[in-house]
Amino acid sequence: MTESPLTLPEAFSPPSTPLLELRQVSCERDERQLFTRLNLSAYPGDVIQIVGPNGSGKTTLLRALAGINKDYTGEVLWQGHPVSSVAWEYAHDLLYLGHLPGIKKALSPLENLRWYAAVSGAESRSTIYAALEQVGLYGYEETPCYQLSAGQLRRVALARLYLGRARLWILDEPFTAIDKRGAAELETLFARHAEQGGVILLTSHQDLALASLKHLNLLDYQPGCPEGRPQDREGGQGDD
Amino acid sequence: MTEVTVPGSAGGSATTFSMFWATLRRDLLLAIRNRAEMVNPLVFFLIAITMIPLGVSPETKTLAAIAPGLIWVMALLATLLSLDGLFRSDFEDGSLEQMLISPQPLYFTVLAKVMVHWLVTGLPLTLMSPLLGVMLALPSGGYGPLCITLLLGTASMSLIGAVGAALTVALRKGGLLLSLIVMPLYVPVLIFGASAVHNAVLGSVINSQIAVLGAFLALAIVLAPLAAAGALRVSSDG
Repeated sequence: MTESPLTLPEAFSPPSTPLLELRQVSCERDERQLFTRLNLSAYPGDVIQIVGPNGSGKTTLLRALAGINKDYTGEVLWQGHPVSSVAWEYAHDLLYLGHLPGIKKALSPLENLRWYAAVSGAESRSTIYAALEQVGLYGYEETPCYQLSAGQLRRVALARLYLGRARLWILDEPFTAIDKRGAAELETLFARHAEQGGVILLTSHQDLALASLKHLNLLDYQPGCPEGRPQDREGGQGDD
Repeated sequence: MTEVTVPGSAGGSATTFSMFWATLRRDLLLAIRNRAEMVNPLVFFLIAITMIPLGVSPETKTLAAIAPGLIWVMALLATLLSLDGLFRSDFEDGSLEQMLISPQPLYFTVLAKVMVHWLVTGLPLTLMSPLLGVMLALPSGGYGPLCITLLLGTASMSLIGAVGAALTVALRKGGLLLSLIVMPLYVPVLIFGASAVHNAVLGSVINSQIAVLGAFLALAIVLAPLAAAGALRVSSDG
């Protein structure tokens, strides 16, 4: 069971080392196995949608990969090295957007993003304005966030995708509260990021229309599941 | 196709510094915008001390005897009152996660947050203390030492309290536990602080107590943010 369930099509020969690799990752929570022996190789340009019913461990997996939750067994490799040994490089190349947007309501979008820019590696002020314009918050830069709608708050958080140069994006339900047009713009952004050699891991209950999209179904790694099954999946739509 | 450059090749110290400033600025802004929360411990401090002459005795002699200890105890309680919120809002809105996964050391993020906590509680408490000293008829020799010991002591208490706040941040009702964790660690600060003021009033030299308080603070600056950072990682690990 050493082979990755997400092998790429033969036509495209992948670089020798995947950007992010998971080997036999298992996670237990409150004495319940969420998933076991999860294998995954993400090469530059991959957009991987993690699917599974509620409570199947999608968020737990993403939090584990972001390094917030260290309660898992198995190996996570970044460019071939265990993440613990390249923690600084990994943190620099990682952008994690969780369920909670991490937006302070008493601050304006500009102030919120300025802090994020500093925490994740400095960016100039003009880029923050540009990022806010990209997510459709032009004119709201100085408005306190408690005056914004839920969707607009989410957009403030999403503006971080336009800042920084992280190669690995870990996004937990990025489409929550985002309108149709916003979702389409996000997809375009994802496609561009993948094209530039980035990797995106995301959870969403929405169907995405990205060319480079792959699926990872956590149900395949539930403890009761026969071990051989993940072998059959060649990432792609229409599974199950 | 745009080239993706490898970030992080620039020096780390400059960005660590800018992260420290950004957190300091952000938390100060938040404190100013949520003024009501900030003023809470100060009002408690003021009201508690105001009640003492009414409840105990308005006699100058009695008050002067208990003034150093009382002001110190009330300052300690006021600090304790404000600790619970130190990491709570960051935990609840997800910014704590971002601090944890930041490439910048968590030590400095915590230090910045504690510094703001001290600036909005410990420092105003210290500045208010002479006024409360007057209300409690503190003898004139006690004012200088009161300010100096409170300045050092409240800073230590903010730092030590951060460890407790970090440990209990994930608990829904961590208030009581926080007090239980932090109280014993506050005891030495209280003893040295209050006795320094007491001795100063009696006219003896208090260099040694001030030195001990300074040593406490130095130790707390080095160790407390480390412990708090570790505790934050444990708290959000689930």
